[in-house]
Amino acid sequence: MAVAAKDIAISAKGIHKVFNPGAEEEVIALQDINLEIEASEFISLIGPSGCGKSTLMRLVGDLIQPTAGELLVNGKMPARARLDRDYGMVFQAATLYEWRSVTKNVQLPLEIMGYSKSERQKRAQAMLEMVELGAFANHFPWQLSGGMQQRVAIARALAFDPSVLLMDEPFGALDEFTRERMNLELLKIWEQTRKTIIFVTHSIAEAVFLSNRIVVMSPRPGRITEIVRNTLPYPRDFNTRNDPAYHDLVANVRDLLRDAVGSLSADPSSGEYVSAQGAD
Amino acid sequence: MAPTELQRTTSLIASIRRRLTYYLPTIAIAVGVILLWEVIVVIFDIQQFLLPKPSAIFAEFMLQVDLWLAPDERSILFESSGATFWEAFGGFIIGCGGGILVALITSRWTIVSEATMPFAIAANSVPIIAFAPIMNNWFGITNPASKMAIVAVIVFFPTMINTVRGLTLVDVEQLELMRSYAATPARIMFSLRIPNALPFIFSALRVASALSLIGAVVAEFFGGPRATLGVYITQEAGAFDFAKAWTAILMASIIGISFYLVVLLAERRLMPWHVAFRQAG
Repeated sequence: MAVAAKDIAISAKGIHKVFNPGAEEEVIALQDINLEIEASEFISLIGPSGCGKSTLMRLVGDLIQPTAGELLVNGKMPARARLDRDYGMVFQAATLYEWRSVTKNVQLPLEIMGYSKSERQKRAQAMLEMVELGAFANHFPWQLSGGMQQRVAIARALAFDPSVLLMDEPFGALDEFTRERMNLELLKIWEQTRKTIIFVTHSIAEAVFLSNRIVVMSPRPGRITEIVRNTLPYPRDFNTRNDPAYHDLVANVRDLLRDAVGSLSADPSSGEYVSAQGAD
Repeated sequence: MAPTELQRTTSLIASIRRRLTYYLPTIAIAVGVILLWEVIVVIFDIQQFLLPKPSAIFAEFMLQVDLWLAPDERSILFESSGATFWEAFGGFIIGCGGGILVALITSRWTIVSEATMPFAIAANSVPIIAFAPIMNNWFGITNPASKMAIVAVIVFFPTMINTVRGLTLVDVEQLELMRSYAATPARIMFSLRIPNALPFIFSALRVASALSLIGAVVAEFFGGPRATLGVYITQEAGAFDFAKAWTAILMASIIGISFYLVVLLAERRLMPWHVAFRQAG
């Protein structure tokens, strides 16, 4: 590769994750995951339901622990990284506290981390201005639209300046137009802050539009099928979607996903897998 | 531009008019029911010991008000109302306070709250009022503590159960968020669990406000000082002075409704963000 050796933000070696090991309902959620993510890289995890993309994200964030394998975040154990407040998290639901105003929501992590009141207010206002909600600081979450709520959630995740941003289908509940706008905004924020972002999504268009690399995953057991490098130049904007290279990438990822989904037509009684291509 | 005095006055009038139109059907129904009651009693010539006329109840009530206001007179009805109010209120504070406290303590340890919940739910189904004679023995029949104890036990369990639910039924992702901030359990308690429990606690307090008055009056049916509403009702009904008995029922209703309204106001004060109040704001 032309790029010189960069800092590795996240490194996963031989990660396995088994839910309910030994029990009847044992599920191999992830099998032999190997992945290195550079600092400031924007990585999308894409794949059908049950491919373990959210599980992988939650392993990185130390919300769950791997059954086997070695996972390092900024050279540390994930638990250490969590205690060092290295993670900002954004979920599909904005999960704002409805009893707190917008600015108080953004200030919550800062309160927990013991920032002074003036520092909290300053940072919250700066973050809200970055997501273009400076004028809504004293509104309550229910007074905002879904897209605005999600922007507050992003502001909150970035308020304490974590090095890694973990996003689990953050725009999954938004309509298509809002989603495209949010994609643009997120890219803008990423270019400003240079966070390492792991972005879980169901949308091929979104994954291709946003990321440096797209990790295509397949289910049963969850594993990485392929990692697609996306060389579309930044900054990306509305015109990016008209670029033939963009369409090639979308088609490429779609084909890879079709292979992955093909194994969904497995007959559980026989335990045999019937490929979608095989049926053609 | 600031609104002029005239604009402000007209908007005030408009808002009063809107409220009146909103409450008009309710007021109309109340007036209608009372009128119908009066008319039926007159037409069918119903004896006062079966059902007194609303006008007779009202006249008796006004007489009691006059007695109460006169410096050298005393109104047993108002004395009774005061006594019963304090029993209900005291029991409410002790029972609800205890319920919330126990819930906060037990929910700190999941095992403890899971172990106590079945007992609390079972106890909640027990007709606590049946213990009233026993409480009379324990605390003394004329001691308000015997009625307060009944009220406290009645409101304790629903408050505790609801509070535990509110503290434990927290959104998983909000807990994960707290985990990602490396928040301490105490922090999670104060920043997440307690605010999350407030709507649950207040719905319990609203139920408890009604239960506490019912508990106090019914406990008094089993005996108590002369000047309490329960005793007043049984004695006046026994003496066939039904207009008097009905004024006591009226007072009990007024206290019960006021109690409920106070809880409602406190609720709006403490959680103006809650879904139920958004349209009103």
